[in-house]
Amino acid sequence: MIGAGHAGLATSRVLAERSIEHVVLERGEVANSWRRERWDSLHLLTSNAQARLPGYRYDGADPGGYMAMPEVVAFIAGYAAATSAPVRAQTAVTSVTAVDGGYRVATEAGEIACRSVVIASGACNAAHVPALRAAVPESVACFTALDYRNPAQLPGGGVLVVGASATGAQLADELRRSGRRVVLAVGEHVRLPRMYRGRDVLWWMEASGVWNQRYDEIDDLTRARRLPSPQLVGTPEHATLDLNTLSAAGVELVGRLSAIRDGRALFSGGLRNLFALADLKMDRLLDTFDEWARSGGRDGEFGPPERFEPTRVPERSPLELDLRSGGISSIVWATGFRPEYGWLRVPVVDHKGHLRHDGGVVENAPGLYAIGLPVLRRRKSTFIVGAEDDARDIVAHLAGYLDGAAKAKA
Amino acid sequence: MAEKKVEKKLKNGVNVDALLAAREALKQAPQAAKFTWRASCKWQTGTHSRSKVKGFHGLGAEQKHKTEFSFDVDHPEIFASEDIGATPVEYVLVGLASCLTAGVAAVAENRGIKLRSVEAQLEGAMDIQGILGIDSDVRNGFDDIKVTFKIDAENASKKDIQALVAQSQKRSAVYDIVSNPTNITVVVA
Repeated sequence: MIGAGHAGLATSRVLAERSIEHVVLERGEVANSWRRERWDSLHLLTSNAQARLPGYRYDGADPGGYMAMPEVVAFIAGYAAATSAPVRAQTAVTSVTAVDGGYRVATEAGEIACRSVVIASGACNAAHVPALRAAVPESVACFTALDYRNPAQLPGGGVLVVGASATGAQLADELRRSGRRVVLAVGEHVRLPRMYRGRDVLWWMEASGVWNQRYDEIDDLTRARRLPSPQLVGTPEHATLDLNTLSAAGVELVGRLSAIRDGRALFSGGLRNLFALADLKMDRLLDTFDEWARSGGRDGEFGPPERFEPTRVPERSPLELDLRSGGISSIVWATGFRPEYGWLRVPVVDHKGHLRHDGGVVENAPGLYAIGLPVLRRRKSTFIVGAEDDARDIVAHLAGYLDGAAKAKA
Repeated sequence: MAEKKVEKKLKNGVNVDALLAAREALKQAPQAAKFTWRASCKWQTGTHSRSKVKGFHGLGAEQKHKTEFSFDVDHPEIFASEDIGATPVEYVLVGLASCLTAGVAAVAENRGIKLRSVEAQLEGAMDIQGILGIDSDVRNGFDDIKVTFKIDAENASKKDIQALVAQSQKRSAVYDIVSNPTNITVVVA
């Protein structure tokens, strides 16, 4: 097991249930990414009630609340302790190579020979920043979702936030509340209300079965795996954080950042349609929730169906912004993440840097698996509560593989 | 939320099966997906030029249309011209309209929606102080393009139709060309 995040630890627990001997290699401490690679004010998008791992769950007094990063770290570290997970911390993997009968895993502390490897290093090892970042004038400071910590870290002055995913929306909101001018460049995004008919929207995703939709039932899986995280935030007020909220707060919405030419950021003129697409998609999802409630005879449990104000289109949305005029002193690139597989010396990574896998079973590499990737096996795969079902499936396959390999050897 | 499975019979005349098959094949052969479209233009007189379209490159080979298409382009009489053909900017509106309309048909086919009629009206607002060089703060091109679709379909709700039109824009080449910056290199041979 490579990686002691929640997915790796969940899988470790399931392996232990089957008495499959294993070790969990972690480059830092348990829950490393949550400790080191998130900004100060970040809270989970999922509520505490959805903090469930195999044999372990949140048992505090605030099931509707959303954990802050130190709480997430404590939760995951608590899990590792409770399950006596065989973690070797401060043990970075330097390479994995295929050998006869399995794999050789090289670490700074020596080599391990094993029959099977589960990659649980996640999909967010590095920030994805578009190539046009190279054309940003030197006078403008750049930050990514991985190195941003809080507004005080940025120079004074206006901020251009690129990307209206959960990260982009949250950082635009936080920076606006710090009193700065914020311009948000909006590309494809996913709009959701925080609460729907009185319940958390992610409760609906789970209860209605949308989150359980399997990867092999999804028409365009590549697209589903690349969907930006929904525009949500975890606050005690259960506030909705959509583009209407942001524009009401004074965040200036512009189209997708298309190019930077002679120090001028150029934005798409197609903003209106992106709003329409996100609004339509949200309405289809709410229709699905309503249909589920109705057909299950559960309408009485909830408030009446609601539909939300369409995303308001700005009167005049500039098509360009002069980055040299001083109005913008920093850019925050909320343009997503990518995994890093430089240490994986097995030819299983495609030309876009992603693992080639079928529901977590890595292709053309017997005994090699992945866990904790977007829509690995289900829409809920990357959420904490999604780890268990995927882990059970992967371990079942792995156990079968080990049995087969043992028989072949015998 | 999956797309409805479509009957084999073509509802709107778009061979979506072929397009989907092509999509799968090209995933495995990305080089074959690199197309180059071409046009050649010959000045006639005044502001009148004639452009021709026949050959293009794609799927790894030179291709050509069944016939050569010819376009006469000019300026109107109020521009002190002969009005032998539509203006270049009107050709852009035609390009946008046709790209979006074709997209509506293709997406409708894919979603099992039977179209009865699709009409689009386009308006491109332009302050000609830009092209006349009167005011450098005024751009040459359109300030705004408005497209109004009137669509009648047998088995689609208003939301379905809005979604059709939204998806057509999302996948439209001309919409992208017009709404986003595009590199243009002009050389003199």
